[in-house]
Formats: sequence, C-alpha cells, structure tokens
Amino acid sequence: MTKVIVVTSGKGGVGKTTSSSSFASGLALRGHKTAVIDFDVGLRNLDLIMGCERRVVYDFVNVINGESTLKQALIKDKHCDNLFVLPASQTRDKDALDKESVGRVINELRDSFDYIVCDSPAGIEKGALMALYYADEALIVTNPEVSSVRDSDRILGILAAKSKRAEDGVEPIKEHLLITRYSPRRAAAGEMLSVTDVQEILSIPLLGVIPETEAVLQASNAGIPVIHDIESNAGQAYRDVVARFLGEDVPMRFLTADKKGFFSRLFGA
Amino acid sequence: MSFLDYLLGTRKKTATVAKDRLQIILARERVDRKGPDFLPELRQELLQVISKYVKIDLDQVKVNLERDGNFEVLELNIVLPESINTVKKTAS
Repeated sequence: MTKVIVVTSGKGGVGKTTSSSSFASGLALRGHKTAVIDFDVGLRNLDLIMGCERRVVYDFVNVINGESTLKQALIKDKHCDNLFVLPASQTRDKDALDKESVGRVINELRDSFDYIVCDSPAGIEKGALMALYYADEALIVTNPEVSSVRDSDRILGILAAKSKRAEDGVEPIKEHLLITRYSPRRAAAGEMLSVTDVQEILSIPLLGVIPETEAVLQASNAGIPVIHDIESNAGQAYRDVVARFLGEDVPMRFLTADKKGFFSRLFGA
Repeated sequence: MSFLDYLLGTRKKTATVAKDRLQIILARERVDRKGPDFLPELRQELLQVISKYVKIDLDQVKVNLERDGNFEVLELNIVLPESINTVKKTAS
C-alpha cells in the first residue's frame, strides 16, 4: 500500500523543503520507490534544493490541467535511483490546485510508487491544505522556538479537522515530530526550548532531531540533499529519521552538547 | 548563562519563560479550536433578538462553551444596561 506523507509546519523557513528532500531521498536510498511533490505553487524551491532546477520542463499544474502527462513531468533524481520529483509551477498561484485534481494525480502516483512525499508550503491556505488533505502520515517540522511551536500546534489542529481522513472519519493521520535546527548547547544553557520541552508541549511522538549544522546550507548551495553528506551530523540524523520511520529502533543522537571545560563553564561561553 | 549567573540567581532562563508562555497560549487556542463553529453565529443571532428589546452592544454578549469530562456547559453572559427602562419602544 502506497503511503502519502506530508511534510508540514505552518511556519515558513523551519526546514520543510530541506526535510522533504532528505527524507524522500532517504526512503529511496533504502530501496523504496518514492515521489516527492512540491506543493508550493508560485514559489517553487524543491527543484533547487534537489539540484534538478535545470531539468524542469513540465510541472504539477501542467499535469493537473492536462497539458502534460505525469510521466513527462516527473524528474528522475540524479543521486538516487528510486526517486522522482514533481516540481511546482512557478508561474501560477495556489488556486491552481483543487482537491479533485490533486487526488487524481496522487492516485496515479499510487500505481508506481511506495511513498509519496508532499512538501507543503508555509501558511494554512490552499496550498498547505492541499498538501495535507490526502496524507496518511505527517512530519511536523518544528524549530525549538515559540512561533514555530505555536504554528505546529495549529497545523496539528488542521490535520485533525480538515484532512480527508478526518472528513471520512477513518483512522487519523499518524503524526511525527521532527525538530530541526536544534542546538544542544543552547538548550543545555536554558537559552533554547529543549527537545523534551517541545515534545511535552505538542505531545506527539518524536521521530527525530536534526542539529543546527553548517552542512545544511552547504548542501542547499550544492543542490544535493544533506542526507547524502554522511560525514555531517545533519546527514546522519536524517538517515536515523528514515530508519525510525521504517520501523527500526534507532536511538536519538546529537541531543547533548560536547562537554565544556571547567573554566568556560565558570565564566560562560 | 554562566555558572556565576547561576550562583547569583540573576534571571529566569528564557527557555523556561518560552515554555510557560507557550503552554498558556496553546491551552487557550486549543479550547477555541475545539468549540463548535456555530458559536459566532449563535452569538450574532442572540444579539439580534436581545437588541429588539434592550439596547446592548456586541461586546456585552459573551458566549462560552466549556468542556469538563462528559459535561458541556454553554455559558451565556449578557450584560444589560444599567437602567432596564431603555427598552426600545419600537420593538413590536
């Protein structure tokens, strides 16, 4: 059975596209046929993060309007075999999407893919609602910061009320918390909400924690999802996330800061 | 925040402040979210009916739904003007 997973957050700039690209790549690296769809119509960026921006010919809206076939619009990823990208349209707006036609595209994708990852735009308007509507599971990307946590809570409310699963009254969307841009040092110093704090407030199961790392910017500069950078903490953390998602029991890593010396502790960093 | 700050007990850590603030605001927002969506309309219609007889304004009608276990309490709080003689004569 194909699973549809939405990567969402409410707030912008928390790492939805970074997470979508690495999560989808991770699933593909583990041998699952995966499609990742950019729902941010008008502000397409997934193509850039995945390094396929120059190969975009047709997009999601073209497929919806019947101007191209799904096969023509899907871009095969350069870095892994089982991964395909469906880019958003850059020239249209979010009203180009509607439940019925999005459903049609998703159903067509179900025939050939194991996982469909929906990269949601920020906000709670049409694009975001369309991205989450057909989801079976959701990754809630949250930064340890007040506005991000609040918006995540809002999105959880929307998942529970406005998704297809909610409307049909079937088993609700399975929610996973993904904390990104985490700084263990600052959390330990009481300057940043800790993983436990965020988890307690949102009370959904924790799928993983991605530490704040320079590697993420480097990866987006290069157009190679950070999960391919196995040297980096972020790359390893995303691999753990994928493994946990697939049901493996992988302990959390990168949650504690490197120990500081006595003098730096005494006088502050 | 260094160990010296800790010894002097100078300030409350901001992460704690953040957590407290979030817990309070989210508790409130979650209640609002759970409320049935007829509440605003109910409030509007009540206001229309009452204003046929008594001069009141929008802020003086509060409609609240509280849940406590299996109970649901619909609370209507209507502040009437000081003198009830302000009843509109035009009301028919």
